[in-house]
Amino acid sequence: VTGETIARRAAPARMAYWQALDSGRILLMAAAAMLIIAAFAGMAALHPQHINIRAALSFGGFIAFGELFRLALPGGREAAPIAMVGAMAYAMLLQLPGHNASVIYYSPGTYDALLVVAVAAIGMAVGALPHIAAGRPAGLTGMCTRLVAVSCVAFIFRPIVSAGLLHLRWEVQFAVIAVVFLVGWLVDTLVGALIRADDVGARFSVAIRDEIRLQWPLGLSVGASVIIAIFGAKRIGVMELAVFIGPLLVTQLAFRRYAGIRATYLQTVRSLARVTEVAGYVEAGHSRRVSRLAVAVGRGLGLAEPELLALEYAALMHDIGQLSLRDPIPGGATLLVGLDDRERIAKLGAEVIGEAGVLDDVAELVRYQSRPARGHDPAPPLGSMIIKAANAFDDMVGSSTDRNRAAAALERMRLDPVEYDAGVVAVLAEVAARRVPSRL
Amino acid sequence: MVSRAARLYIGLVVSVAAVLVAILAERVMRQRDFWPSPTHLINPMAALITLQALFLVCDSGTTPMTSRQTRWSPGSSATLAAVVLLGPVPAALVGATALLSLQRHLRLAERLFNGAMYALCGLAAGEAYLACNGPVGRPDFSHFRTILLAFAAAATVHVVANHGLIWGVHRLNRERGIWTRDGLESSLTLLLASDLGYAALGLVVASLWPIMGWFAAVLVLVPLFVARWAMAQFAEQQRAYAATMSALCQAVETKDYYTRGHGDRVSRGAVMIARQIGMSTDRTEAIMFAGMLHDVGKLGVPTQVLQKTGKLTPDEFAAIQLHPMRGLEIVREIGFLFEALNGIFHHHERMDGRGYPMGLAGHEIPEFARVIAVADAFDSMTTTRSYREAKSIDFALSELRKGAGTQFDPVIVEAFIAAMEQEGWELPGPAEAPVDLTNVTVKDHDDPTAPLPVVDP
Repeated sequence: VTGETIARRAAPARMAYWQALDSGRILLMAAAAMLIIAAFAGMAALHPQHINIRAALSFGGFIAFGELFRLALPGGREAAPIAMVGAMAYAMLLQLPGHNASVIYYSPGTYDALLVVAVAAIGMAVGALPHIAAGRPAGLTGMCTRLVAVSCVAFIFRPIVSAGLLHLRWEVQFAVIAVVFLVGWLVDTLVGALIRADDVGARFSVAIRDEIRLQWPLGLSVGASVIIAIFGAKRIGVMELAVFIGPLLVTQLAFRRYAGIRATYLQTVRSLARVTEVAGYVEAGHSRRVSRLAVAVGRGLGLAEPELLALEYAALMHDIGQLSLRDPIPGGATLLVGLDDRERIAKLGAEVIGEAGVLDDVAELVRYQSRPARGHDPAPPLGSMIIKAANAFDDMVGSSTDRNRAAAALERMRLDPVEYDAGVVAVLAEVAARRVPSRL
Repeated sequence: MVSRAARLYIGLVVSVAAVLVAILAERVMRQRDFWPSPTHLINPMAALITLQALFLVCDSGTTPMTSRQTRWSPGSSATLAAVVLLGPVPAALVGATALLSLQRHLRLAERLFNGAMYALCGLAAGEAYLACNGPVGRPDFSHFRTILLAFAAAATVHVVANHGLIWGVHRLNRERGIWTRDGLESSLTLLLASDLGYAALGLVVASLWPIMGWFAAVLVLVPLFVARWAMAQFAEQQRAYAATMSALCQAVETKDYYTRGHGDRVSRGAVMIARQIGMSTDRTEAIMFAGMLHDVGKLGVPTQVLQKTGKLTPDEFAAIQLHPMRGLEIVREIGFLFEALNGIFHHHERMDGRGYPMGLAGHEIPEFARVIAVADAFDSMTTTRSYREAKSIDFALSELRKGAGTQFDPVIVEAFIAAMEQEGWELPGPAEAPVDLTNVTVKDHDDPTAPLPVVDP
């Protein structure tokens, strides 16, 4: 991860779009651009009267509609399940009523796949226009990822159709479609994981696991819908496929509500963690800075997303136990009070959080946040050690960006391997080195 | 729970369904045409059993959407598939499987009613389908437009019959919910979207049946289960969210011994009022959180001021008056309804315009704030304070009535009293003497019977 990535996250408004591009994104966009150029160059050789215009328009419209109604997923991800269904079903279209031969391009050849790529690209572009008009991000990365995945599917599947898939039993067709879809889905997910790992600074292996765990239910739903659409088109024709959008919308509605409540949850904890600041117990911005540091360190240490979420919650609320103190600690720096008091604050905080009954893992992290890394059995959880280090760092450095001050704080922590875990401090040093001035 | 009128109504629905199904079944049997187009389906009996199984699976876990009343009932997709493939009577038989529902908590009366209701819905949808010239049996898709139109009519009839029959029960049971004016508007689109979405699944099953037979039902179950999984996740997150919120609010209240549980109780009172005046479920949820968080800004008021004995200086009084603003500062970034923020910010306004922080009067004060103000004052009066014992509920209600028009909105006060008569109110246990005297305030800014003493400037 480069310093530039972190800078982009810290101050997104101050950077032009091209400055925010990293190598992974550039590679992806180059691949998508090559596909589009190849598709349109190939199109020049086509006879327009051989194109199944009806199918192209229907599926192009399907894809555009799907891009218009994208879906926000937890963790700031964006998916377009309906567009995905439209594009995949078009790429793997078998038969339409009244057509016995190829259904995408009437003459034999490899033009089918190129046409699929061209139609998908145009559909996506049209669907993205309203987003741009409304001032929302166009979601270029997501569209490029989907285009690459759909192209893979088209280039694998169309030759299989030409080889005579149509004459086989529906069970065989079903199996082939399922396998090729799985390949396409994996391409989509892996590219997504690659971009995300680059974005947030996670390890690729961890990012893949996170991505698969999060995406598989939606992928299953998209896959079933693709199969339904392909076999449905065989019976009822392409225009009538609009009927199948209904069930997809139901699924999408459910996911949207889920992602929505997750976002509200996080916002609420972020906001309410600030009560300690408003009450004068801690310095303004402390809990947010600690949580940001802790999450960055957790990523560096290869924590998976659910663990990171628990870590973020715990870091945000690590000082909540101070509310039970009679007088605020001067400046809120827990580093300056005695060990007993720190243990007490941690315990009270854990009790408050444990009260909810649903955040036991978070409460556990808060409970052991002041325990020394060595000399205790059992050792504190990794998350607690991360919070301890991040909290100490912020108590000593605060919002200051003075490199000497940060170096001194890190040195002090390094010299105390009993209190602070050496591995955590090493990653903290890396994270701190990437820090740039940011308004908090 | 079930009123006598509702019992009668359920009995009526069950007998009508039984008689109708019997008459129609007898008629088609006599015509030796139980399966209107048996030739097209290889094995209509197997299709019927598959669809019944599909219905049971769909029905095994209807997911609550937002409230007790609004539930997704994906079983309609199986019934509607039967309408296309098999005709009205088999559709009624598919619907009647609700009797055997796998949801264990259902009582016999509920099972009977559900079975009868879905049977009637299936019958009505099937007749509507036939009336629109919908061809029954293995669908011939060269006339897809006809099928689609007839199917749309059948689906609409199913949705209307379903909600109409349920509405009857709720009405007779005097339950208020989605069918109150405001509530209906807000959840109708959601209901229609989900119901028509599921209805479309019925057509999907029917379309794929000629190709893959029973496997079509399995294929359709996948998106259905994924949607249900997402809804379950949503419900779980929502519960976790409410629990976390409540725990954090309690943490905030630890500062003051006597007001512990205040946020929770105000939230409960506000929700009672919201239901009584027919607020939509979304708004009711928002006011629940607003009630919980309304005093969170008190943390920004210096403890010495809260704990001061004797009269307050104007500056100190101003510090107390700032607490709604502090509260707003804390919760502003939560992706809340705008209204909840308004409720927190304005909960100390008075109808006569002499409240704070803005001095709004009458209906300038947002509805949420007017609701919270009543619940807030009521809880303050009915709980013990360091300077007095808890007042009785009757006393508190009469104080609210006294303040109606000057301090409180009379409509809200009456709604609160009516809700109180219906649901009752559980008073918190008598407060024990505080162990630690450092956490005790000697005055309560919420108490309308004891205004804060302020030194005259």
